[in-house]
Amino acid sequence: MFDEMTGDGTGLRAPYNDIAAWIEASGLDTLRRHTAEAEAVFRRIGITFAVYGEGGDPERLIPFDLIPRVFAAAEWRRLERGIRQRALALNAFLQDIYHRGEILRAGIVPERLVYRNPAFEPAMVGVDPPGRVYSHVVGIDIVRTGEQEFQVLEDNCRTPSGVSYMLENRECMMRTCPELFRSGNVEPVDVYPEELRRTLEEVAPPACTGDPVIALLTPGPFNSAYYEHSFLADLMGIELVEPQDLFVDEGLCWMRTTQGPQRVDVLYRRIDDAFLDPLSFSPDSLLGVPGLFNAYRAGGVTLCSAPGTGIADDKEVYVYVPEMIRFYLGQEPILENVPTWRCSHDEERAYVLERLSELVVKEVHGSGGYGMLIGPHSTAEERAEFAEKIKLDPERYIAQPTLELSSSPSLAEAGIAGRHVDFRPYCLIGRTIRLVPGGLTRVALREGSLVVNSSQGGGVKDTWVLAD
Amino acid sequence: MLSRTAESLFWMARYIERAEATARLVEMGRRMAMLPGAYGQEEWRSVVAAAGAGAAFYPGERIGEAEVCRSLILEENNPSSIRACLDRARNNARAVRTALTAEMWEGLNDGWRWLGGVEAGTIQPDLPATLERIRSLSALFRGAAQTTMLRGERYDFLSAGAFIERADMTLRLLDVKYFVLLPETGLVLDSRDRYRWISLLQATSAVRAFHYVYRGDFSPSKIAHFMILNRDFPCSLAFCYSGLRAALGRLADRYGARHDCHATVEKAVGQLRDREMDDIFDEGLHEFLLEAIHLNGRLSGELSRAYHF
Repeated sequence: MFDEMTGDGTGLRAPYNDIAAWIEASGLDTLRRHTAEAEAVFRRIGITFAVYGEGGDPERLIPFDLIPRVFAAAEWRRLERGIRQRALALNAFLQDIYHRGEILRAGIVPERLVYRNPAFEPAMVGVDPPGRVYSHVVGIDIVRTGEQEFQVLEDNCRTPSGVSYMLENRECMMRTCPELFRSGNVEPVDVYPEELRRTLEEVAPPACTGDPVIALLTPGPFNSAYYEHSFLADLMGIELVEPQDLFVDEGLCWMRTTQGPQRVDVLYRRIDDAFLDPLSFSPDSLLGVPGLFNAYRAGGVTLCSAPGTGIADDKEVYVYVPEMIRFYLGQEPILENVPTWRCSHDEERAYVLERLSELVVKEVHGSGGYGMLIGPHSTAEERAEFAEKIKLDPERYIAQPTLELSSSPSLAEAGIAGRHVDFRPYCLIGRTIRLVPGGLTRVALREGSLVVNSSQGGGVKDTWVLAD
Repeated sequence: MLSRTAESLFWMARYIERAEATARLVEMGRRMAMLPGAYGQEEWRSVVAAAGAGAAFYPGERIGEAEVCRSLILEENNPSSIRACLDRARNNARAVRTALTAEMWEGLNDGWRWLGGVEAGTIQPDLPATLERIRSLSALFRGAAQTTMLRGERYDFLSAGAFIERADMTLRLLDVKYFVLLPETGLVLDSRDRYRWISLLQATSAVRAFHYVYRGDFSPSKIAHFMILNRDFPCSLAFCYSGLRAALGRLADRYGARHDCHATVEKAVGQLRDREMDDIFDEGLHEFLLEAIHLNGRLSGELSRAYHF
C-alpha cells in the first residue's frame, strides 16, 4: 500500500518534509487542540451540510483532519495536464452527442448507451450553448495507488460540490497553524471564486450586451450544500437566488428585486435538471422557473451547467472516456481509468459474479457511496443478495477492482495513522480552461475504510500543491 | 436587492425583537409573582396574553411559572415562543447569509445553538440567567448590525422590521394592561397599583429611564405618555415610528420612489407629535390602542407591497 508521506512505509517523501517536522515539533496534544479549535470555527460560522430525515442534528459538520495532504509541483503538473485533457474531452463528447453523434457513428460508444440513457436530454439536441461549453465545472475524482499511479474513479460534470471545503480548509489551516505557511511554499487556492466568476462571465448569452449579471440558483436553505451556495455567491459578489425569485418574460430571465424586475444573464445553477423548468423537464413538478429552458435555447440566458450534462458522468459512459480523449483530441489519456466491468455485457458479468468477494460493485446511477458492495469487506449473505440484484437488472451495475487507495497521515484516536484518501480537483471551463492548484481531499477516517463520502463517515483535509 | 432578501431581513429583525420582548415579559411576570399578596395566576395570564400566546393554553388551564417557561420559552410549536422566534430568525438569516455580516450571523447562530441545548427540566432554577442571556443575544445582534453593517438598503429593511415589531409589542403590552392605567382605577393609590404600573415599565426595561424623565411620578397618565408619546424612549410608539419613518425615507431616497407606506408613516408620526395624553384618555385608551395596532399591521402590509415581497 502506498502512503503519501512515507511511500512504502519506511522513508519520508520529500513533499512531506515540512509536515513531518511540524508533526514532530507540535506533538499530539497540540494537534488535537488545533483540531478542536478548527471544528469550533467551522461550527460557529455554520459550515455544515444538512442531512434531513435521518434523525439527530440535521446540520452536521464534516470532520476536519488537521494534517494536510501534499502534492509536489511535478506531480501536480502531470495531474493538471490530465485533468484539463479530460474536461475538454467530456465537453467535446457532450457537444457531439447533442449534434451529429460522430463518436456513435464511428462505433466507439454504443448508441444504446447514449440514446436510451435516462440522463440523455432530447430537448438539448441541436442547442448550441455559448462557447460550446456544457459542463463549466468538472470535478474529477482521482485516487492514487502508487508513486506514479493516479487513476480517475469518476467524473462529476453537473454541479460537483465540495469546493467550499477546499477554500475553508485552507483558511482554517492558515488561521490555526500559520507557522506552516511561513515558508511561502504552498500555492494559494483563494483565487477560485474569482476564476469561477470569470468563467461564468465568458459564457454570457448572445442577448447580453453589457456586463453580464450572474446569479447562483440554489434550491434553498434545506439543500445539503446550501452553505456552499451562499458562500460562493458571497465570494463572487453575486445574488443567491431561489427559483421563486426568477421569472421569464419575452425570452429573457428576470429576478424579482425591491426595485422591480432585473435581468439575469448567467445562472450558475446548483439545482438538478428536473427542477429547472416545469414546462420542459418535469411537468408534474411545481418547482422551477417556467419557461427558463426556452429562454436558454433562445440565447436569452445561459445555464451553467447545460441541461443534459449528466450523460457525461454516467458510470457506464465513464468506461469510454479514454476513447473519447483519443477520438476528439487525438491524444493518449494522461490519467487512466480504473478497470471497469459492465454487468450489461454477458462475459463481463460472468467475471464479476465469479469474483464478487474481490470487487467493488456500484450502481450506475447511484452516488454518495450508497448502494455499493465492497467485496473484501462484505459477508457471504451480502454477496448473495448483490448477485441476485445483478442478475435481475444487470444494466444497473458496474464493478471495479478493490483499489488499495493511498493513505495519508491523519490524526486518529491512538495517534498519527495512515487513512485512505481520494482527491477532487475542480476544473473550470469557459472560453479558456482554468484550474486552481488544489482541490478537495476526502479521507476515510475509520480505520481500514475505503469509503470517503461524508455521508459514510468520511472527513476532509487541506490539500497542498507545492511551488517549484 | 432581491425582494426575498428584503423580506427575510425584515422578518429576521422582527423575530429577534419579538424574542427579546417575550423574555422581558416573562421577567415581568416573575417579579410580579414574587410580590406579597400576588395572585400569580392572573399575572402570568396577562403575560401570556401580551405575548400573543393565549391560544397555547386551554381556558381555565392553570398557568404558573413552569407552564410559562415551557410554553413561552421552549415550546417549538408555540409560534410566539422564544425558541420558535429564534428558529425563524435563524432560518431567515440562513436564507440571506450573504446579506449579513459574519458578526451578526455568528451572534445569532451562537444564541440559537445555546437555546437549542436548554432543557425544560433545568430552565426554572436558572430562569433569571436564561432571560438575561436572551436579552444579551438580541443586544449583541443589534450591536453587531450597528457597528458592522453597511448603511445600505439591507440595513434599512432590518431597521424597518425592528421598529414595526417593537411598536407592536409596546401596543400589545399596553392593550393587555390598559385597564391598570385607566384614571378611575388610580383614584385610590394603593401600593398594589403602583407595582402594576411599574411592572409595565419593567416589561420594557424602562424603570430607571422613567425615573430620570418623570422624577418618580408614577401616575397612569405619565406612564402612558412615556410609552406612547415620549420621543426619547426607544420602546415608545413615537420613537419607533420616527425610526421607521427615517428607514423608509432612506429607502425612498435610494430608490427614488415613494409608496403608500411612506404617506402612512408620515401621517402617524405627525399625529403622535400633536397628540396630548389627556386627549387620548378622553377618546378612550383602548380604542386608541386598537386603532394603532390596526395601523401597525397596515404599515407592515404596505411596506411588503411597496417592495414586492
